[in-house]
Amino acid sequence: MNYIPHTETQTREMLKAIGVLSVDDLFKHIPASLRPKSFNIPEGKSEFELIEYFKSLSRKNAAGLTGFLGAGFYDHYIPQAVDALANRSEFYTAYTPYQPECSQGWLQAVYEYQSVICALTGLDVSNASLYDGGTALYEAAMMAVRLTGRKKVIVDSGVNLIYRTMLYTYTSNLSIEFVETPVAHGQSCREDIYKCLDEKTAAVIVQNPNFFGAVDDYSDICEKVHAKGALAIASVYPVSLGILKSPQEMGFDIATGEGQSMGIPLLFGGPYLGFIAVKKEHMRQMPGRIVGATVDSDSKRGFVLTLQAREQHIRRERATSNICSNEALCALRALIYTTLLGKRGFQELAELNYQKAEFAKSALEKIKGVKVMRSSPTFNEFTVCLPMNADQLVSKMINKGFACGFPLGRFYKGMDNYLLVAVTEKRTKEEILNFANSLEESLCS
Amino acid sequence: MQLIFEKSCSGRRGFSLPETDLPRSPALAKKYCRKKEAVLPEVSELDVVRHFTNLSRLNFSVDTNFYPLGSCTMKYNPKFTEYIAGLEGFSQLHPLLPQLSGGGILAQGSLEVLYNTERLLSEITGMAAFTTQPLAGAHGELTGVMLIAAYHKNNGSARKHVIIPDSSHGTNPASAAIAGFDVVVIPTDNEGFMDIQAFKAALNRETAAVMLTCPDTLGIFNPKIKEIADLAHSVGALMYYDGANLNAILGKCRPGDIGFDLVHLNLHKTFATPHGGGGPGAGPVGVNQKLVDFLPISRVVKRPDGTFALDYQKRKTIGYIAPFYGNFGVILKAYAYILALGKTGLIKSSESAVLSANYCLARLKKHYAVAFDKPCMHECVLSASRQMERGVHALDIAKYLIDQGFHPPTIYFPMIVKEAMMIEPTETESKETLDAFIAAMIKAAELSETDPEVLHMAPQATPVKRLNETKAAREPNLRWQP
Repeated sequence: MNYIPHTETQTREMLKAIGVLSVDDLFKHIPASLRPKSFNIPEGKSEFELIEYFKSLSRKNAAGLTGFLGAGFYDHYIPQAVDALANRSEFYTAYTPYQPECSQGWLQAVYEYQSVICALTGLDVSNASLYDGGTALYEAAMMAVRLTGRKKVIVDSGVNLIYRTMLYTYTSNLSIEFVETPVAHGQSCREDIYKCLDEKTAAVIVQNPNFFGAVDDYSDICEKVHAKGALAIASVYPVSLGILKSPQEMGFDIATGEGQSMGIPLLFGGPYLGFIAVKKEHMRQMPGRIVGATVDSDSKRGFVLTLQAREQHIRRERATSNICSNEALCALRALIYTTLLGKRGFQELAELNYQKAEFAKSALEKIKGVKVMRSSPTFNEFTVCLPMNADQLVSKMINKGFACGFPLGRFYKGMDNYLLVAVTEKRTKEEILNFANSLEESLCS
Repeated sequence: MQLIFEKSCSGRRGFSLPETDLPRSPALAKKYCRKKEAVLPEVSELDVVRHFTNLSRLNFSVDTNFYPLGSCTMKYNPKFTEYIAGLEGFSQLHPLLPQLSGGGILAQGSLEVLYNTERLLSEITGMAAFTTQPLAGAHGELTGVMLIAAYHKNNGSARKHVIIPDSSHGTNPASAAIAGFDVVVIPTDNEGFMDIQAFKAALNRETAAVMLTCPDTLGIFNPKIKEIADLAHSVGALMYYDGANLNAILGKCRPGDIGFDLVHLNLHKTFATPHGGGGPGAGPVGVNQKLVDFLPISRVVKRPDGTFALDYQKRKTIGYIAPFYGNFGVILKAYAYILALGKTGLIKSSESAVLSANYCLARLKKHYAVAFDKPCMHECVLSASRQMERGVHALDIAKYLIDQGFHPPTIYFPMIVKEAMMIEPTETESKETLDAFIAAMIKAAELSETDPEVLHMAPQATPVKRLNETKAAREPNLRWQP
């Protein structure tokens, strides 16, 4: 199978116009010594054969478990209209809108997406998207380093370990000092943060809700951070912003996050959506593409890529970031998703997630030996302490058809008996009660 | 068109959530709740559907228009791969599942996709191993430069700079710089190649790597590529291959055989996954034996019993560069595409891509200056320098092409070519389409002499005319506000 339209006659005509005899002549400047030592690829298959093959492969995955597993990546319902619209090939098979006159659809969609991210975070300026929540957090940290000219970053250990590890990987050759501060009773330890916070600090990074699911009000921390001339950065869960205090209301300078929860399938880890929003004064240090409104020669409103003097294709080694391709299609999905839910729907979605998680807490609490950690309020995910190793419980629960949560011992020392449980709007009352029953059985058996 | 926010009507709904029969728990304490509500649009589902359907129609795309955007490989994206990526067994799989105790067995299908894709990409490029984790081409470059840094550090060798030709993609120097290296830029010689004397002068034991695109961004295959690789290796530097132009050489030569130590590929270019308004892409990185130990974790491994697992126990790894295993949906589509084309199909793709580009070049070089007059590979670079003498720029020609229904070539890149127009037709466009495009290009060249005003006034057939980019940058308006 291939998708090449040239007939033999046309190929001959084209070769004649070029002035060569054969297609091989077009490659004759590649010396024989550089030709492939092997090219051992199987011959092509028909579409029908491949569909059958991939169906059988997909059945080797157990995607049908009832999901209470989140840990930063959530099983939310995606309205059908999201697929129907985002998959329109006029969106799907376009590319970066370098030529604005024939890309107004994409440019306006990105402008609207930027507006949604600003509305959710309360901040002033967003961009056309970054790769994922982790790379967005890295870009935010680097922005803070550039803006302050300082090289120390304080990271709360309630930030997803995956993101912390990514931060350290990316900066391993840059002599940036990272200091991790502890979480106690679910919340960031103020005293430890303030002890580390000094005139060398570029930023303090926290996550809300944090990895344990705990919700916090970081206003006090932001105030102290600003007093030292540093920047406050939050990694946030967008669905929670339907009810939670916004990063702007707490005083954060930069908010980032993983946008997967806004209409993007779990799909085994990607493509996802990194978002970022900042205060206006930091706009010129932003990474990536930004769309702005302007007017055309008839004074009619239109949209263009703007502030490009920050970017790699202009500034090369002096660019604010190396990003070129982003996650525009995922940003489009997030835009359509939030637009369908709308102002009230988004609040209700957040409220429903909160209520279902609270119900699940009460159901699990009835099980002997299970303790729900209640020292901090939570959104749709919470920590429970089990009378057994959480890893072992997870295996048992998989056999009963449940992805029952994330065993915290994987990321945190001394937490082998702790399980992180997520409950989205998709989980019904019946599923939650069955989950609690199965968990109780698993503890007994 | 109005913004979706401007179509908002207070109280209107576009989606309903299930009614809940749960007992109501006490609300979250006020201090944790937002006071200012997030102002999202209030619209019906039909409002949303009509808005985005109409917005989609304001774009050029591969499915609607010829899109010869140089360096971006805008080939046809087969539809069956979308169906595959939508299969629930793939789309609903939580990425943490195989990391749970006993969970690996539940993700065997997806792990097999990753493993097989890594093997196929290794064979296509002649490398020892691949990681599928990088999330875009530039992200692959950054991963590659971090691998280079780890390799030299492990050898106890302090290396300070990366050598990059001035014709490179902007992402190359940007990636090297943000990973902590200085960038040494080498000029292009009169033949269109990296100046070998300047290269030799810059190359020394502080050189960490040489980053090259091959064929280069002028669409030309550098006959001295092996010599450059040998020189770099002689001082202990590594050779980095920017795979943006791989569509030119499938089955014709392999970066690994030429002497490149690591490569990144753009699956969204060569392997036909949709680019969608700027992404998502996928930028897998392949390495030879020197660099295998440094690859990011996790690694997908095949056990003796034929099952697949994730390996995190890699002492020398650079760490995590992505949250999971890469843009799985994109990797899945690229894997399906490679299986569909197979060996012959892949080779034919490159042959036809090169044939089409040379055909465009042959037919247009009477009408436009050619940056460097030699056979091209999968793309050709013309210049509007002759037209410029009459006040017509590459930009004007681009805007005229839009009116004729063609997406313009990449313009003003590579930066070393004045008034550059970089045409990459790809293998999936018919001769009829190429002929129509060529006719429009020839007409533009004629108009530059007879009626340049038509070019200056273009485009006229678009929803908006030329936009004021200076105003956009000077008075940034980057969001809708209530």
